[in-house]
Amino acid sequence: MKKYTDTGKKDTRSGFGAGLTELGKTNENVVALCADLTGSLKMDEFKENHPERFFQVGIAEANMIGMAAGMTIGGKIPFTGTFANFSTGRVYDQIRQSVAYSGKNVKICASHAGVTLGEDGATHQILEDIGLMKMLPGMTVINTCDYNQTKAATLAIAAHDGPVYLRFGRPKVANFTEENGTFEIGKAVKLQEGTDVTIVATGHLVWEALLAAETLNEQGISAEVINIHTIKPLDDEAILASAKKTGCVVTAEEHNYLGGLGESVARVLASHHPTPQEFVATQDTFGESGTPDQLMDKYGLNAEAIVKASKKVVKRK
Amino acid sequence: MADIKKLENLVTQVRRDILRQVHKVNSGHPGGSLGCAEFFVALYNEVMKRNDSFSMDGKGEDLFFLSNGHISPVFYSVLARTGYFPVEELNTFRHIDSRLQGHPTTHEGLPGIRVASGSLGQGISVAIGAAETKKLNNDNHLVYTLCGDGELQEGQNWEAIMYAAANNVDNLIVSVDLNGQQIDGSTDNVLAMGNLAGKFSAFGWDVLSIEKGNDMAAVIEGLKEAKSRTGKKTPVCVLLHTVMGNGVDFMMHTHAWHGKAPNDEQLETALAQNPETLGDY
Repeated sequence: MKKYTDTGKKDTRSGFGAGLTELGKTNENVVALCADLTGSLKMDEFKENHPERFFQVGIAEANMIGMAAGMTIGGKIPFTGTFANFSTGRVYDQIRQSVAYSGKNVKICASHAGVTLGEDGATHQILEDIGLMKMLPGMTVINTCDYNQTKAATLAIAAHDGPVYLRFGRPKVANFTEENGTFEIGKAVKLQEGTDVTIVATGHLVWEALLAAETLNEQGISAEVINIHTIKPLDDEAILASAKKTGCVVTAEEHNYLGGLGESVARVLASHHPTPQEFVATQDTFGESGTPDQLMDKYGLNAEAIVKASKKVVKRK
Repeated sequence: MADIKKLENLVTQVRRDILRQVHKVNSGHPGGSLGCAEFFVALYNEVMKRNDSFSMDGKGEDLFFLSNGHISPVFYSVLARTGYFPVEELNTFRHIDSRLQGHPTTHEGLPGIRVASGSLGQGISVAIGAAETKKLNNDNHLVYTLCGDGELQEGQNWEAIMYAAANNVDNLIVSVDLNGQQIDGSTDNVLAMGNLAGKFSAFGWDVLSIEKGNDMAAVIEGLKEAKSRTGKKTPVCVLLHTVMGNGVDFMMHTHAWHGKAPNDEQLETALAQNPETLGDY
């Protein structure tokens, strides 16, 4: 098995901030808009370096999305920043009409996704955003797993022409992917080779999937681990190749099992290679207050849950 | 000086285009379209600086965004008759496989359209964004947008109105089609908006009124006055008083023709009141 090392826990939102800072220096067309959450989104440095390219819109997300759409006309590349809940559900129609249907090159960057937002509770935790965004024609949907990958993704989406939803989170988590690594939109990353079960994970669940694979290995089950950072367009080929090899699949995500990565994977499998699948995800529920770790445990979003699902799905082959 | 007679002839032809578009497909929104014919003709022929060919980025020219997308018939007619696409294409309005969708969209690549609109309340935000980009690009041209009066019931407008004043977006002219009507009746009966001039002023905008929004000379004069007030740290609002259904006697002063097409007989009557000037498509 490949060995992955946590080089020190960092929050994915800081990866976004670092990426945005770099873009500020390298791409003069990049502009940033924020709805009163500059510190939370780690956009301070960009704001300090380029005050003329930073737009504080206040607590007015609908206007922010509309403005971002308009700013593309004339060649700017707007990055909007607020929590995932306010980046999607609150402004769905603005994204749908002014950004997606209008084909605008807007990057919707969303922090504090999922239950790991923590103590603020369910009003601020969104577990439906991947579904909302992936249903929009032409929208690219990315959910990164650690600091390094979030920074790389931030750089990559600036070079991509078209609307993007970039989802990341609040807590400090293991940082284990390559520093300054390449990020190819739509390309799955195989983290472990295995033969008995395929674990397809996204976001904060990728590290948990690696821990689960170690445990499974100790128990004689060889798990293949695939990091799906891009949920749309999904890397169908990588998923099918692995499913054909292992014969069963576990999907893992910090999102409702309805509308998330799991359903996208199920569609690919059902269409091309029907395969038993188990879903590690929230079970059509809202979140609640608690620490990120407590919530991930309570809602079954950890290595232990992935191990359990893997054993179950192996028996279904 | 503008050749008012020539522009009025164009308005008459645009009215015919509006009526014929909605009649052919038996759907669409003639009322608001007719009310704004003078505004569109003035804007595209006398007020805006426009480049010869259309590009999405619109650098080095004025931009216009239609927020109340349902008055697409007047927008399409004026775009076609100012050279953005062939007038014959008006025949395809709201038909399958057409670039002239029910509400304007960039999706089918129709020249002249820079954003989709139809779901209301989004145009001012988009216009502000485009205006901010013009400033970043050191492009001294203006951004225009039109929204309906009923449309101002949408909350997003007021987020945008607050933003533009607070951030000195002074290369922006927002016109409000003040026809006093919306689908369910008069705006006063549906959801009265009170003193709109006072509201915009209180938000920090420079507000002017065009009392005769269906008088070509008055519209040109008003829009030029609005233009002269740009560049002074304040966004500009034009309250454009129009008559819904203007130019067709039985469609005027009522919300009944907001989203209803005339039948064959009604079309004949309406066209007789607006004799062909530049030639039908």
